[in-house]
Amino acid sequence: MNRWYHHWRKIKSSCVSALCLLCALVVIAPLALVLFNLLQKGASSLDLHFFTQLSKPVGETGGGMANAIVGSATLVGLAGLIGVPVGVLGGIYLSEFGSPRMNWAVRFAADILNGTPSIVWGIVVYALVVLPITGYSAYAAGLALGFIMIPLIIRTTEEMLVLVPNSYREAAFALGIPHWKIVLNIVLKTAGKAIITGVLLAAARVAGETAPLLFTALGNDYWNHNLSQPIEALPHKIFIYASSPFADWNRQAWAGALVLLLFVLALNIAVRLVTRGRAPHLAR
Amino acid sequence: MNSVAVSGKTGSPAGIGLAPPGKAGDKVFRLLTWLMAMMVLVLLALVGWTLCKGSALSLTRFGWNFFVHSDWDPVNGDFGALTFIYGTFVSSLIALLIALPLSLGTAVYLTELAPGWVRQPAVSMIEMLAAVPSVVLGVWGIFVMVPWLRDGPYPLLLKYFGFLPFLRGPTTGFCILSASVLVAIMILPIITSIAREVFRAVPDSQREAAFALGATRWEVTRLAVLRYSVRGIFGAAMLGLGRALGETMAVMMIIGNSDKTPGSLLSPGNTLASKIANEYAETLNGLPLSALFELGLMLLLVTVVTNILAHLLIGAIGARQPRGA
Repeated sequence: MNRWYHHWRKIKSSCVSALCLLCALVVIAPLALVLFNLLQKGASSLDLHFFTQLSKPVGETGGGMANAIVGSATLVGLAGLIGVPVGVLGGIYLSEFGSPRMNWAVRFAADILNGTPSIVWGIVVYALVVLPITGYSAYAAGLALGFIMIPLIIRTTEEMLVLVPNSYREAAFALGIPHWKIVLNIVLKTAGKAIITGVLLAAARVAGETAPLLFTALGNDYWNHNLSQPIEALPHKIFIYASSPFADWNRQAWAGALVLLLFVLALNIAVRLVTRGRAPHLAR
Repeated sequence: MNSVAVSGKTGSPAGIGLAPPGKAGDKVFRLLTWLMAMMVLVLLALVGWTLCKGSALSLTRFGWNFFVHSDWDPVNGDFGALTFIYGTFVSSLIALLIALPLSLGTAVYLTELAPGWVRQPAVSMIEMLAAVPSVVLGVWGIFVMVPWLRDGPYPLLLKYFGFLPFLRGPTTGFCILSASVLVAIMILPIITSIAREVFRAVPDSQREAAFALGATRWEVTRLAVLRYSVRGIFGAAMLGLGRALGETMAVMMIIGNSDKTPGSLLSPGNTLASKIANEYAETLNGLPLSALFELGLMLLLVTVVTNILAHLLIGAIGARQPRGA
């Protein structure tokens, strides 16, 4: 009896282990499938025209997403103009100057904002900027994406700055260097690469955002020559083309999705490679 | 360097009778960074205020009725959010139901069972899945997942469980259940990575004690790891739920976008987020716009509440860590 019970427990343990392995495989399967399908359908639809041409009118095959790619780059740039200074300086405050209570409040607010659905940012900017001031415009869309970047960057920057050993700061203080110079020249320099990786991750994140663009950028079939006019972005174009009933647009949606995914994954992998060599040094 | 130069000019010994170097710079810099940190609080207030102000008209017009009516009729100016509330919660809860066991199993595998060389690549793969943009998964959902679900699992589901009132066909595949499956895929990585952190925070002494009592691997996991991490698991689930509630693009692309209250999980529906997104490029003003803002306000409130709960639960785990170690 006792021996059988012992066996039963061992069998149960093995079964659960197998089940857990199965779970892990099921979790990884979608990524593998998405990648496989995208490569399969996207690569065959990808050609030079995709990067160099505007979209063709309905019914004509061919054309590309050149304006959407440039538009996405523009929007991420605009977002960075807002998100990077605010996020990095805010992160510096948290790590170098903040009081515990203020830090708690800022971190809490940043975490709440990070959990806020991106469509909410879209309608907030729509109400604040699009309706009363600019109309649908690249500025409004950049602002919405910038708002999304701020809490992301503030959190990563703080995390990276607290990893800088206090002895660095103490040594600099002992030399009589003003605090702000210590922060800019020593602390920020030590954590520089890590902060840049945080910024890149935030950029990768907003580059793939579509929902906030719906109410701000609107989309545009042509080149945007004026940032106060509607602008096209890659994720938005993909959405429009994927939801359309035209086979050639669907094909290009696959191509666009592949390009977007490769861009986002490439940034993520690059960041991973950089931080792998970097983190142990910082954590020392 | 500064102080030397200054003291040289005035001729007094360094540091005596002089303001400490860089005091003004310190003040300015500190103020600047403080302002930027405050921006986060200002933004949070701004989001809440904007949505409240935007939805004032709808709030005063419909009051509580907004939450219990399911008509969305811009022509007659009658708005109720019940359909979207229902769609949001049903699709998110099903997504959580699918994702939570899978994520926990994966996290257990990765922290307790997997050989060392598997862990890092597997963790990286799962974190990559978190980085896939919503719209890319939406494309995949439209052209790969939905046709597969429609032709494979759904007919079987209808055949064997068709007697259930909430499973009725026929279906196009663009339905609430498809949205749930896709959202489940999207929240798998976040729940897995939080659960993994929670499990890793369990002190090894707990595991060793259980092993020493002759427990099998599963018993160690159940007694020493899972039971120790209950709060953290709830936190991870909450965080996943928060993501699911707010997921917009992928849901919008495959949920079918119908304003009628769905009778079955295989019927098209709408969530709060997908309904808002659907109204884009419409020239909205007055009451319809205000009602839309009220949907946004509700979405903000539910995600804020789930996120606060999640952080309270996970934060408590973090605080417990040093004592256990």
